[in-house]
Amino acid sequence: MEANTHLQSEPHGPPSGIMRWILTTNHKDIGTMYLIFSLIMFFVGGAMSMVIRAELFQPGLQIVEPEFFNQMTTLHGLIMVFGAIMPAGVGLANWMLPLMIGAPDMAMPRLNNWSFWLLPFAAIMLVSTLFMEGGGPNFGWTFYAPLSTTYAPPSTTYFIFAVHILGISSIMGAINIIATILNLRAPNLTMMKLPLFAWTWLITSYLLIAVMPVLAGAVTMMLFDIHFGTSFFNAAGGGDPVLFQHIFWFFGHPEVYIIILPAFGIVSSIIPTFSRKRLFGYSAMVWATASIAFLSLIVWAHHMFTVGMPLTGELFFMLATMLIAVPTGVKVFNWTATMFRGSISFETPMLFASAFLVLFTMAGFSGLMLSIAPANMQYHDTYFVVGHFHYVLVPGALFSVFAAVYYWLPKWTGYMYDEILGKVHFWLSFIGVNVTFFPMHFVGLAGMPRRIPDYALQFADFNAISSVGGFLFGVTQLLFVFIIIKCVKGGKKASAKYWDGAHGLEWSVPSPAPYHTFVRPPEIEEDKDYF
Amino acid sequence: MRVTPAKLGLIALAMFGFGFLMVPIYDVFCKVTGLNGKTDVNAYQYDPKIAEIDTSRKVEVQFITTKNEGMEWYFEPSIYSIKVHPGEVGVLDFIAENLTARRIIGQAIPSVTPFEVTNYLHKVECFCFATQVLGPHEKMVMPLRIIVDPNLPKHIKKLTLSYTLFDVTSFDESM
Repeated sequence: MEANTHLQSEPHGPPSGIMRWILTTNHKDIGTMYLIFSLIMFFVGGAMSMVIRAELFQPGLQIVEPEFFNQMTTLHGLIMVFGAIMPAGVGLANWMLPLMIGAPDMAMPRLNNWSFWLLPFAAIMLVSTLFMEGGGPNFGWTFYAPLSTTYAPPSTTYFIFAVHILGISSIMGAINIIATILNLRAPNLTMMKLPLFAWTWLITSYLLIAVMPVLAGAVTMMLFDIHFGTSFFNAAGGGDPVLFQHIFWFFGHPEVYIIILPAFGIVSSIIPTFSRKRLFGYSAMVWATASIAFLSLIVWAHHMFTVGMPLTGELFFMLATMLIAVPTGVKVFNWTATMFRGSISFETPMLFASAFLVLFTMAGFSGLMLSIAPANMQYHDTYFVVGHFHYVLVPGALFSVFAAVYYWLPKWTGYMYDEILGKVHFWLSFIGVNVTFFPMHFVGLAGMPRRIPDYALQFADFNAISSVGGFLFGVTQLLFVFIIIKCVKGGKKASAKYWDGAHGLEWSVPSPAPYHTFVRPPEIEEDKDYF
Repeated sequence: MRVTPAKLGLIALAMFGFGFLMVPIYDVFCKVTGLNGKTDVNAYQYDPKIAEIDTSRKVEVQFITTKNEGMEWYFEPSIYSIKVHPGEVGVLDFIAENLTARRIIGQAIPSVTPFEVTNYLHKVECFCFATQVLGPHEKMVMPLRIIVDPNLPKHIKKLTLSYTLFDVTSFDESM
């Protein structure tokens, strides 16, 4: 601690002007840029979802053409997954991992700079397809061949290269995170003393390295099919469209866990802080995370129950999928046990984390329903699936990002955020999420297919409710931006450890965290843990 | 310190390769298990002198045709179902007619159901081994000669051979 205060007094701040951000190798600057980028993409993707909900407000075609509607669903999915949620997670990792493990910076700062700066170009390339002849990608975010090859708009080539760049950025980010956690931990900070956030990011990074290259392979095969006359996915030439689905979901299912595992890490930091208890079952949490990551690699075909798999295939993928509920259950019970008889207070981060716990568990249950192969025949490609994965992604991944931002924002800005506005943001988001996505389960079970701009009359009421909820949720997020700006501009000064129940090395540095931290590694006490 | 990122980079490269490796793995897996009903793309070597015929039972083979994206050909078998002894050659014709005023190249892709019998249905002669070219309003009779393997599991009484006809004109001519 003493060594740190000494170093912080040295005049060594960032250079000024725009070049600071372009050339920076500082993990805090890069983390900030990731977070701002993901916030912008969140609003771009969010605007597209508003178009979708506006069109679906009433049956019939009112606002947009079906072709444009398809482009909206496709880009909404792609942007939210690759542009909003994933960069938000990497941004939080950049900001917090070095602070949590007592490292001065990420292991490869220049690579880190490059990983970030690839993103805006990929995003511009992806969004610009909307303005090209033939329109943007319109085949759904899963881009099944031959929709994305034989029948794809010409802009698909730009989409393919955007995915390549996003993939390279993710892989480099993942390599950087693994190298940081494995090599730059403060002396004597052993792996089993690490905060869960570091553990979940370590495991997520391995998943990224395992599956992002497979996605790159899949889009490369598409590129060859489109331009070079190969027949990877073309049945007439001896290929197979079902092969595309296998390759895609070999990436796509672990991708779901790439999105949700960092959320688990965030919640594992926040729940103990506001319960004023230690995390229950730390080592079980680590093992559960690793088991989930492993299982996620062998369950991909549960997305493809209706393609005509043999019975043994259906049984294997059904049972392996259900098995994931065991480690996930371990996590949910451990969080609940952490809260049990704790001295709980509900500040905004805890509200979001508690909502995560309840709503993510619900998403898990609808996931279990979907994993039942015979029942899946009924649910497949309906709004039930849309309801399920939005419960995973919005009150799951997104709420955990909100929780993390409120939890650490004073550490970044040096000022407390407005607690009342934060709570208003939470409650409006909570109501908005449930009003939007809960009715989707009902219309899905009643048979409303996904990715359609028009629907049968009997689904009208629930869709109108969904749309109202969607607009509420969308508008509420402007409040989030306002709260952040307000907090950056000023407010009550935040102390180094402004949450009294918090643990970990990030609370040993002042708020705002100085530009350079842990230039000399912190002392790690033998019998103390740092999660 | 330098070793970790280098190793991880190699893993990433290997996984990129694995993505492509999934293509042959998938094909081999389908071939061994008969999944997807993909039959051999080459003619079955048939020698009538040593062929054994299982006269104790007869198997019904049904024929189905599908025209992909409304391909404008007439494409039907001369007979929709035949009964053969396992080991015996079944012969029938498929009739194709180009209904348009342009030249079209067609490729028929076979598939067998149930999947478990895929490897028991052999084709001695099939129009699906190559692309077929039909000029404007041209008509063609295409013979098909099949053999059901005598080792066909006893409980199978009926199997279906389906052909999907693809228009590969633009694809073939750019090659």
